[in-house]
Amino acid sequence: MNDMIAIYALVALLSVPLGIYIARALSTQPSRIDTLFSVIEKPIYRLAGINSQQTMTWQAYALAILKLHVGLILLAWLVFMCQSMLPLNPDGIPGMPWDTALHTAVSFATNTNQQHYSGQAQLSHLSQTLAIVTLQFLTPATGLAVLVAIARTLLVARPAGLIKGVGNYYHDLTRTVVRVMLPLATVVALLLTSQGVPSSYQAAHQVDMLDAQVEEVQLIPLGPVASMVAIKQLGTNGGGWYGPNSTVPLENPTPLANVIETASITLIPVALLIAIALISGRRRLMMGIGVVMIAFSLISTSVVVYSERMPNAALVELSQAGANLEGKELRFGTDLSALWGSWTTQTSNGSVNAMHDSFNPMGGMMLLMDMFVNVTFGGVGVGLIGFFLYLMLAAFVGSLMVGRAPELFGKPLETREMRWISLAILAQPLVILGLSALTVAMPGAAGNSNPGFHGLSQVLYEFTSAFANNGSGFEGLGDDTPWWNIACVVALLIGRFLPMLVPLAVAGWLAAKRTAPAGRGTLPMDSPAFMGLTAGVIVIVNLLGFLPALVLGPIAESVVQGF
Amino acid sequence: MNMDMKSHVASSDEAQQTVKASWQHALRFMGVMAVLLGLVYPLVTTTVGGWLFPEQAQGSLVRDGGGRIVGSYLVSQTFVSDKYFIGRPSAAGNDAGGVSGSNLAPSNKALRERAQADAEAIAEREGVSVDQIPVDLITASGSGVDPHISPAAAELQASRVAQAREIDEASVIEMIDKALENTGWLGSPVVNVLRLNVSLDERFPASTTAME
Repeated sequence: MNDMIAIYALVALLSVPLGIYIARALSTQPSRIDTLFSVIEKPIYRLAGINSQQTMTWQAYALAILKLHVGLILLAWLVFMCQSMLPLNPDGIPGMPWDTALHTAVSFATNTNQQHYSGQAQLSHLSQTLAIVTLQFLTPATGLAVLVAIARTLLVARPAGLIKGVGNYYHDLTRTVVRVMLPLATVVALLLTSQGVPSSYQAAHQVDMLDAQVEEVQLIPLGPVASMVAIKQLGTNGGGWYGPNSTVPLENPTPLANVIETASITLIPVALLIAIALISGRRRLMMGIGVVMIAFSLISTSVVVYSERMPNAALVELSQAGANLEGKELRFGTDLSALWGSWTTQTSNGSVNAMHDSFNPMGGMMLLMDMFVNVTFGGVGVGLIGFFLYLMLAAFVGSLMVGRAPELFGKPLETREMRWISLAILAQPLVILGLSALTVAMPGAAGNSNPGFHGLSQVLYEFTSAFANNGSGFEGLGDDTPWWNIACVVALLIGRFLPMLVPLAVAGWLAAKRTAPAGRGTLPMDSPAFMGLTAGVIVIVNLLGFLPALVLGPIAESVVQGF
Repeated sequence: MNMDMKSHVASSDEAQQTVKASWQHALRFMGVMAVLLGLVYPLVTTTVGGWLFPEQAQGSLVRDGGGRIVGSYLVSQTFVSDKYFIGRPSAAGNDAGGVSGSNLAPSNKALRERAQADAEAIAEREGVSVDQIPVDLITASGSGVDPHISPAAAELQASRVAQAREIDEASVIEMIDKALENTGWLGSPVVNVLRLNVSLDERFPASTTAME
């Protein structure tokens, strides 16, 4: 209980000053901290040949994102395949097969960190740092940059047609990395090292076990683990150094480390509510969004905590009565595993401190639903962007309900906007259910480790996680096959770029339109009624899309075992 | 030097000048960032962390009297001898090189079969009935290298260990209390199995050799 209080208190206390700081750090107005950070930022701009003062149209901003990400994917892909020939490989790890390497590169470039490999055995120290850590910084920073660009364009009221630009991508990205991510990650990395997360470039130790009757030896893999785990948690990345992520004591050694890592999951997403309120000046709107998110979050966490306190159905009468400890670490117990599980799926982080495959069916279903919604705080930047997408749909529905021409913040929502908004929202069930159906239909493609209803849940979870850019999994799935790797690449790319760039485009289109003066019939977007409508839209859209699949998976599993 | 772009709320002609997204900028920016984030940042935090916390940074290793590495306090080990406390079931053979959970769902028959076999083996070894076994002893951890068991799970094994070492149970119980971790404000108390077994070997070395 103390741990829970500490985690909630840390997020509540730190997110406010952090949000204020982010707003100032990314402001286009000069401030005193510019001098401090220009020591790092100026050389970056100079070496890259970038004039950070030039603004970009939304099209150029989006194109700059795509070009940088093509480069990043190719770089990571090459590093993974060629790691055996590159330095910083003390354990002599061979190169990755092309399909696993491609999936890994795309997975990390989309802020997903879905892993079809086991890091400590299949990646060199160079791959884990040069390829993985670089992407773990740049991808959440990209989400944050796009969010700020959208906020400037969509939320800040100003005359139509005056402004062509939404900002400069490299400017927003560099500032986010240098001013926000790097200082935070450095502090967290050192704190985690103090708790026992390895910080070393040494090779793994091979050890004879203490009991002389045991023949086997064990490996203790080391590496610059803490530096990666810090940004993994802070940047809603989630891809761990070791295969089972923060269940591994070397990655999450103590209750204090667990408090720091859990709080890091939601810290920046929550702080962004405050940052955007300050940047846009729309405090009531952001407060309303915050209330909806907190409500969703508390419901989900309560369900998962309750579910995991229940016994595991397979173990009834094989021991003393107890909670579901299968796949969980004793130093955390079920409550802290459930809290992490629900937060990591709400925020598209995807790191785990317990194995979700062994959660009770109701808990597992809640994790899936968190990922369907994906805007309960959501990923760094993209969580709020996703919420804006639902807000646009709710504004359209709400305007029609009160008999007004659809509008958003006084700008008309017309066919072009609604076509793209609908596409971005409908792509999710189309891609997830379509690929799941294909996988189940092809004999031998699924690679399930669990039979029956749970087998379907495993497939559904994998694609949901890919599309939501989450990265967690029902990890029993045999997913390192060309089919899984390539099918997931498709879901990863669509799930990342469509829901991120469509709101940017809509913001750009709306900025060019004339603002209608607010009148008596105008939909008040910051009212509790409109927030209720938006919450309703989110719930209904997701239930319509996914209820049948849930009935065939976790609900059926739950009914069969009796709770 | 002001690195800010001009506020684009301003209506100056300059703010209307927009820049295109070029490949050259993207690739050069990537190169700079890869060096800063992928090489410099890990090197700095790892070096400073290793300097501030040398024990923790190197994997919290356990060494015997001669300085030989016996294991890590953060990685469980396999124990089969009666003189040792035994940890939780592991889907990874207690090898941190192959860390893994069982990933068996509650609806999977294989989970019940495994747990049943484990429970029967424990009941026989400790001379108890299965309903006396704490649940952590029949559930595989998430990592497969969970170094801990519950205090109740340790107490269950105390009489067997005492017998094997030919010492009285009270002194074993005393050792268990000393091996408790997370007794502070955070977490709930757990027993580190490797720490407990190492300290038993140190405290009662004679009986160790007697058993072998």
